[in-house]
Amino acid sequence: MPAPVICVSHLGKSYGPTVAVEDVSLEVEEGEIFGLIGPNGAGKTTTMECVEGHRKPDRGQITVLGLDPLRDAAALRQRIGVQHQEAHLQKRIKVWEAIDLWSALYSRTVDTGDLLGRLGLEAKRNAWFMTLSGGQKQRLFVALALIHDPEIVFLDELTTGLDPQARHAIWSLVADIRSRGKTVVLSTHLMEEAERLCDRVAIIEHGCVIEMGAPAELVAKHCPERQVVFTSDGQSVSELLKRELGSDSVVSNGTTHTLRGRGEEFVTDVINLVAREHIRVRGFRTELPNLEDVFLKLTGHGIRD
Amino acid sequence: MLKGFWKLTWVETKVFIREPMGVIATLGFPVLIFVVLGRMLGTGQVGAVSSQEPPFNVPVLAALVIAVNAVISLVAIISIYREGGILKRLRATPLSPVTILGSQVVIKLAFTVISLALLVLAGRQFLPGAMDVNLVSFTLALVLGTLSILSLGFLIASVVPTARFAQPITAAFLYPMIALSGLFFPLDQLPPTMWALTQVLPTTHAVSLMLGVWEGSGWGAHWGNALALLAILGACTALSPRVFRWE
Ligand SMILES: Nc1ncnc2c1ncn2[C@@H]1O[C@H](COP(=O)(O)OP(=O)(O)OP(=O)(O)O)[C@@H](O)[C@H]1O
Ligand SMILES: [Mg+2]
Repeated sequence: MPAPVICVSHLGKSYGPTVAVEDVSLEVEEGEIFGLIGPNGAGKTTTMECVEGHRKPDRGQITVLGLDPLRDAAALRQRIGVQHQEAHLQKRIKVWEAIDLWSALYSRTVDTGDLLGRLGLEAKRNAWFMTLSGGQKQRLFVALALIHDPEIVFLDELTTGLDPQARHAIWSLVADIRSRGKTVVLSTHLMEEAERLCDRVAIIEHGCVIEMGAPAELVAKHCPERQVVFTSDGQSVSELLKRELGSDSVVSNGTTHTLRGRGEEFVTDVINLVAREHIRVRGFRTELPNLEDVFLKLTGHGIRD
Repeated sequence: MLKGFWKLTWVETKVFIREPMGVIATLGFPVLIFVVLGRMLGTGQVGAVSSQEPPFNVPVLAALVIAVNAVISLVAIISIYREGGILKRLRATPLSPVTILGSQVVIKLAFTVISLALLVLAGRQFLPGAMDVNLVSFTLALVLGTLSILSLGFLIASVVPTARFAQPITAAFLYPMIALSGLFFPLDQLPPTMWALTQVLPTTHAVSLMLGVWEGSGWGAHWGNALALLAILGACTALSPRVFRWE
């Protein structure tokens, strides 16, 4: 197993009386997309800023690429890229000027023309920052985070406030970063985003990591329930299903039958049953649990509550 | 990092110029004060428009306004950048705090010199004889004074809570400093504690130095003021990294 590129152990950070991070420990491996997910105020941004070396932790140890984020800040800045939540630039700076300025600051840079092209910003080269749309601003910030070809990229709430189309464009960008062998650490409170993008996630609540792992693993572990809903005009289908699956697992409402079960095999079992019994089916859909359900199960509330 | 410094300075200059109202106010206001007050009160100069003795030195006041403008503008920019998270974003790059602040200072000083040049041109046009002074010496005095007042501006910028308050708070600091600078009445009329206070304000020494240069007594007679300005500059520069907040 490759050595982790980020190690955080028992991180704690308070702002005066507010405890932002209570106890966070995690490891991020090279080449993965690691997600911090949790509701507003959970401590995601604070955790990231401590790891980036922008905040001094009260407690705990952090190493990033073998370096101490505070002591080796200068060396680390050349090797990590950062996109802050709700960042801004000078209102009247042009896109190309920002790119040009940023590339003057690092000892090594990528081909900026190519970068602008990949991010779909070529047409906006001469636009002032204040005239860019939300999605364009985010893409510019991604460009600035990538300009020095960093080994680790931190993306804090990259897609908050974007429309679905811009969000999808950014997602494919992030996947693209990983395919170049980079490590990505991102935070989000969109469970769909985490499921689509992240190899592993840490669920953070009230400044603590309450669960960590691959999204599919977490779903399988905490929410094994599966649900199949189908409609059939057949006679006494309900009785048949109840006999086969147990009466607790079947709820029938006229021609609509809802079947509940657990485990990976459940959907296959239902399909086999339907085929064996020659039940004529008009509609069939499965409802699988997702990270949102895991979150609900672990915390007792939804991520936006 | 020098490459980054000049690039940042150049970008910031362009960004500043793109807001025409700010530029017009920065450059125009001192000239306006100079010409209007000079016409009304006279400049006490041979061949001046009005022959009466002015109650205070109008060109030095205009120069002081240039310096104060620079400070107000610097505090405003820093507080807007801080509130908008721009400082935070810049700090995540290899740029050092000194570089970021230094580039703003360079821009402010450049505009100070341009303002003074405009003052001289306006003087030639509207107030003949008003700016008959050793310009190199006067420019140096103004730049040193501005630098010293700017360094105090850093400290003000550190305590300003939000961009909205930047202007009023800066004004609340600076206007009394102008009033007590010795330009409008002799400072030895003040009670001793007040007098002592004026002696730690950069404006007092800037005015005294500029008046000295203007009256022809020069740097030799006012090295104490120059030294005081340098001391204030040194003290504020040393203090500002400690109190400066980036977000
Ligand atoms: N600069 C600050 N000063 C004081 N308190 C802060 C500061 N930044 C964050 N906090 C507090 O610390 C806690 C954690 O904030 P943090 O920004 O880390 O959460 P988050 O998980 O990133 O939330 P969000 O999803 O809203 O971005 C919150 O209660 C917040 O109010
Ligand atoms: Mg956050």
